[in-house]
Amino acid sequence: MTMLNRALPWILLALGFALLPKALSSNTAITMLAMMSINIVFALSYNMLLGQTGLLSFGHAVYYGLAGFFAIHAMNYVVRDKLGVPLPFIPIVGGLAGLFFAFIFGWVSTKRAGTVFSMISLGLGELVAASSLILRTFFGGEEGVTANRTKLPAFFGYKFGPQIEVYYLIAVWTFICILLMYLLTRTPFGRMCNAVRENPERAEFVGYSTQRVRFIAFCLAGFFAGVAGALAAINFEIMNAHSIGAAQSGAVLLMTYAGGAGYFFGPIIGAIIITWLQITLSDVTGAWMLYFGLLFILVVMFSPGGIAGWIMMHEPVWRARRIVRLIPAYALAAIPMALVIGGAIFIIELAHHQLVKAATESPAMHFFGMTLQSNAIGTWLGALAVFGAGVAGLKLVWPKVSDAWGAALLDDAKEAR
Amino acid sequence: MRAKLAAAAVAFALMGSTAYAQTIKIGYIDPLSGGGASVGEGGLKTFQYLAEQINAAGGLNGKKVEIIGFDNKTNPQETLVQAQKAIDQGVRFLTQGNGSSVAAALSDFVQKYNDRNPGKEVLYFNYAAVDPVLTNDKCNYWHFRWDANSDIKMSALTTFMKPRSNIKKVYLINQDYSFGQSVRTQARAMLKEKRSDIEIVGDELHPLLKITDFAPYVAKIKASGADTVVTGNWGQDIALLLKAAADAGLQVDWFTYYAGGAGGPTAIKQTGLNHRVFAIQEGVNNSAPAEAQKFETDFRAKSGIGLWYPRAVNEMRMFAKAVTEAKSDEPKAVAAKLEGMKFDVFDGGEGVMRKDDHQFFQDMYIASFGALDAGAKFDEEGTGWGWKEAGRVKAADTVLPTTCKMERPN
Amino acid sequence: MLELITFSTLNGVLYGMLLFMMASGLTLIFSMMGVLNFAHASFYMLGAYFGFEISRRIGFWPGFFIAPLVVGAIGAVVERYGLRQVHRFGHVPELLFTFGLAFVIEELVQMFWGKLPADYRVPPSLDFIAFRLFDTTYPAYRMFMFLTAVAMFVFLLAILTRTRVGLIIQASLTHPNMVAMLGHDVPKIFMLVFGVGAALAGLAGVIAGPALVTQPSMAALLGPILFVVIVVGGLGSLSGAFVASILIGLVQTFAVAINASLTDVFGPSVGAALGDLGTVTVAQIAPIIPYVLLVLILIFRPTGLFGTRES
Repeated sequence: MTMLNRALPWILLALGFALLPKALSSNTAITMLAMMSINIVFALSYNMLLGQTGLLSFGHAVYYGLAGFFAIHAMNYVVRDKLGVPLPFIPIVGGLAGLFFAFIFGWVSTKRAGTVFSMISLGLGELVAASSLILRTFFGGEEGVTANRTKLPAFFGYKFGPQIEVYYLIAVWTFICILLMYLLTRTPFGRMCNAVRENPERAEFVGYSTQRVRFIAFCLAGFFAGVAGALAAINFEIMNAHSIGAAQSGAVLLMTYAGGAGYFFGPIIGAIIITWLQITLSDVTGAWMLYFGLLFILVVMFSPGGIAGWIMMHEPVWRARRIVRLIPAYALAAIPMALVIGGAIFIIELAHHQLVKAATESPAMHFFGMTLQSNAIGTWLGALAVFGAGVAGLKLVWPKVSDAWGAALLDDAKEAR
Repeated sequence: MRAKLAAAAVAFALMGSTAYAQTIKIGYIDPLSGGGASVGEGGLKTFQYLAEQINAAGGLNGKKVEIIGFDNKTNPQETLVQAQKAIDQGVRFLTQGNGSSVAAALSDFVQKYNDRNPGKEVLYFNYAAVDPVLTNDKCNYWHFRWDANSDIKMSALTTFMKPRSNIKKVYLINQDYSFGQSVRTQARAMLKEKRSDIEIVGDELHPLLKITDFAPYVAKIKASGADTVVTGNWGQDIALLLKAAADAGLQVDWFTYYAGGAGGPTAIKQTGLNHRVFAIQEGVNNSAPAEAQKFETDFRAKSGIGLWYPRAVNEMRMFAKAVTEAKSDEPKAVAAKLEGMKFDVFDGGEGVMRKDDHQFFQDMYIASFGALDAGAKFDEEGTGWGWKEAGRVKAADTVLPTTCKMERPN
Repeated sequence: MLELITFSTLNGVLYGMLLFMMASGLTLIFSMMGVLNFAHASFYMLGAYFGFEISRRIGFWPGFFIAPLVVGAIGAVVERYGLRQVHRFGHVPELLFTFGLAFVIEELVQMFWGKLPADYRVPPSLDFIAFRLFDTTYPAYRMFMFLTAVAMFVFLLAILTRTRVGLIIQASLTHPNMVAMLGHDVPKIFMLVFGVGAALAGLAGVIAGPALVTQPSMAALLGPILFVVIVVGGLGSLSGAFVASILIGLVQTFAVAINASLTDVFGPSVGAALGDLGTVTVAQIAPIIPYVLLVLILIFRPTGLFGTRES
């Protein structure tokens, strides 16, 4: 590949970071973009463990949260003791704190892999989360710890009060972290992580200590999680125990897995989508947690490679320039698929409205512009019919999709000969 | 309505918005899903009912009042995102109550936002978060609190306990976080001051919402010989504690803050502790003035839940009064009218929003939960049992000093 | 002092038996299928809610028998149509599947029964005082919980050691691949074990519901402790789960009774140097002691107390 080809995705990424706020300029949108960037760094750091080294951790938020607390305290110290450290350097503090804790906890965690590692991470996560209410001075008790980012020394005149300035700071740091983590996968160390994931015994025979490889990967993952935590501290100007807890660890797991742990850009997609859902879904429906759970289950059952896995499945066909062959089949499948999804949403919303709201509000519910009665048999039959039609349609159409895939790959094979 | 309005709101929020000038919007930020949702939804209904009443009477300065709910999932960082969304949708008044951690984050956010965006200030009306620090060290001009903070409640409670000579040995048991700790610290200090003969035979802190079996704690209470237990526990911590006490046959009086919280009455009825569980509240529905009782009857008929937040009534009515008197719904003007405002409290008596720290002072009541007297109208959670007034402390007797040094806008 | 020790022991053993009721199913599933079932506590919650519904309409005792069967059936269906699909992708997807399932079940429970605690009561036939010791009463219902848990243990042990199916299951606990190669219908056995495991959790829910609060968050509260129990007890060992449950129950209960802190033991100067850590009492940290135990066991003895394999 030419230099330009290789640099192109990075140039586009940088342009994206720079120009998106112009298109989506409300404060909410910029806050959302900032949160997405933080979660991108967090999810990518998690994938260093899950996707690259094969370590499933249930307590990764510990490093994110602890580093966030260190960053907030650092900010307060800079202001109080007039230390002259401008805001853009605070994420380094966070990274180092994450590295420090990953060093300590990783020493015991990485002695084994597999289930034992996962269980240790779970236990450590619960321990740290529970101690956050007890160690009051550091964790600030229930209210957490606040800081004021505008009181730090100015950086080339910027005080980072407005959300847009904070966004650009976060965006720059995110870009640097993505680049660094990508380059890490290209080093021999990165390759050894993959080897340890695939076949630890063989990796040992090649001469590498699997425990040492895992430990270093764990420390680096902790470093980047720490940077993400510090960015969160800067963005919200408050850290509290929720960021250390099991819910946060679960969220990053969902982001990474749903995005696709097998590819570098998978967690980026996952972070963007899940953050967007987290912020907007609760406005639209009261059953949003149910949708999250179902999303998780569906991804696990039908696309364990996540969204990135699904996209990359098309790569060979794309390269052979036969992607066009798949379009008619996909278009045909899109209709029953829409019916299935729409019908499922319809049923869930109906059930939610009928069970939760109808007792105290009226049974009338508004769904995409229509007013329907949630206790009327007709509405329920309609919803079930839509869903059923979609399932039947999918069953009919799926062989066509398989055929199209087969044809696309077969021609590919023919041409290869 | 929610889906349609929300979809439009999201679209607008993403592209920047202009304020809708014809309604006065109040953003209600509390959990509307997950564990705290039952309480959050109850509060939302209360505020919406009050807004409807105001609108039915013609609105404020000709404008209608609209309550918009935002789900913060009891998470402080999420609350900041929701507050930002609210502001983008033209909301200038935020109200919240569930969780002092959330309240602290929101108060801090409002202060910083108002500093960084002069001319676009927002106000924060706190209706239930009782951490004293919000009107002491961390007070701010834009925050107003309608619930007596936990120190005021303890002061009223200890005033009630002072003449009761049958209280000799007190056991303190609380949740191990800032609220529980302030309950125990103040209980010790105030009991020492008012009844130094009372012996504090136990002082327990247990992890928040993690204990499933309180039997060991009940055993300790028994062993100490206490006749009275003072606790700030809420949620399942009070329910399980009372259950364990009933199982072990513990005969003590319980002085609580939140025995009346969602699920509490059901638990008390299950244990059979008739008029032995007391709670400190800002009103007792069964002995409230006639107008208040009518309000509650109508509210129950419409919404299906009891009036958990009489203070929400005070908040909305005082807000209406401030807007009408200021002839404007500009937050700065409203704030100037609200501080120092005297008001006839919903449950009777006169209350005042103290200027120094924006804390509202009102009469406090100690009520016991048990079988209803003849003529009492209201039972709780369908149990057939209800609240009975056991004592009343006048507002003037509940006033505590404050360490607040408020930065005022000029 | 004697009173405190007696009651702490009684309460600790009882709490341990409650944990065992739930952990027994989980250890079977984990040991046999290698599936870390995050949704196990959710089956416990479903058992409590089904028990509540049935006891509301018919009675407690019909609920005692029917609810676990219903939960077991749900478990079998979940295994057949959900877990089996995911099985071929590996252990991580299986685990994540149960994770998502736990979420979905909690949401469905909230939708159907609301978010407030349910009024699930002790049946009148059991609502009396069993005995009085040192001026403290002990409810009969707790004795009933204890007896049921013991009966469950004996029953399981009998089935595992004395029936043919039990022998096959025992073999699968330690040598799953070999059992498959011997021609037994392993998928069917998996479904059976998962269903029975879920039914056991459901039974635990039916019984524990009236004693503890029946609410949608009950699964999330007990879930993590369950994992501590099975890991400490060891994989592949039912007796290990039994011992670990009692151990953790006793440790937690006794810890609550101890009000000492590091300052009390080592003196105020040491306490001041440690800051918050110095003043924290053992009672305050009682619920996190199991996690400390978990981490220590995993570091020093990953097979657990009685386990035969590591994963």
